[in-house]
Amino acid sequence: MIPEGLALSAVLFAIGTIGVLTRRNAIMIFMSVELMLNAVNLSFVALSRLYGATGQVFVVFVMTVAAAEAAVGLAIIIAIFRHGQSVNLKNINLLKG
Amino acid sequence: MPTNLPLFYTVHFYLFGLLAIASALAFVTRKSPVSAALWLVSVMFCLAALYVMMGAHFVGIIQVLVYAGAIMVVFLFVVMLLNLGHPDELSDIRGKWGRLAAGGIGIALLAQVMAIGRTHFLPALQPQTNPVFGGAPDRGAIGSIAQPLFTEHLLAFELTSILLLAAIVGAVAVGRRRSAS
Repeated sequence: MIPEGLALSAVLFAIGTIGVLTRRNAIMIFMSVELMLNAVNLSFVALSRLYGATGQVFVVFVMTVAAAEAAVGLAIIIAIFRHGQSVNLKNINLLKG
Repeated sequence: MPTNLPLFYTVHFYLFGLLAIASALAFVTRKSPVSAALWLVSVMFCLAALYVMMGAHFVGIIQVLVYAGAIMVVFLFVVMLLNLGHPDELSDIRGKWGRLAAGGIGIALLAQVMAIGRTHFLPALQPQTNPVFGGAPDRGAIGSIAQPLFTEHLLAFELTSILLLAAIVGAVAVGRRRSAS
């Protein structure tokens, strides 16, 4: 069960990475990051079968940080949309110089 | 942890694992943010089922409440606010038969929930009572997480609350309109 869980976690993390690298919509990239966080949570839970409940405590922390990250990140996306009427990364090049 | 798991358990473990991978693949290939978000909710529900099967009941519950419930609703809310979804590609369920099948599955799941709510479990499956606390139920699923969370990781727990406060203040400060100040 633990090897299967870790393998599933790796597959989900890879899919999330593909999403981050290939999508051009800022919200889609953000949701792919959430999928990667979920994959890491799955490996924490799988390994907590071996090493005790500390892994599950870490999952609680990861979820809290993910909630905070979602709030701040979506506020930034709304601010960017207000600035340029778009969430496409092609149009977000303020720091390009 | 038993070394040889029953077949029922193994089948469901692989079923939810494959459902999670399939939903994740559908998630990265959708064009519309709304339908991608709904596929991501499906991934999170499958992961919650896997957490429960791995014995992490509390993590499974907060996975449904926090991730599938709160965070994804915030994402969908922002998609709605920015008007990014197109009405004709909101859902992958098309046509009359697709909608009928979706409605049928929904009614079946609702009936299942109501049937589980009326079930009386065998005495052997009831939570054990703890004689020390006047017959109150044992710590159960939450106690094994609460014990390390509030003892060895107490500092991290308090720092997390400060982080949440900072995130709220930051989100309001970033999202506010400039003209309002």
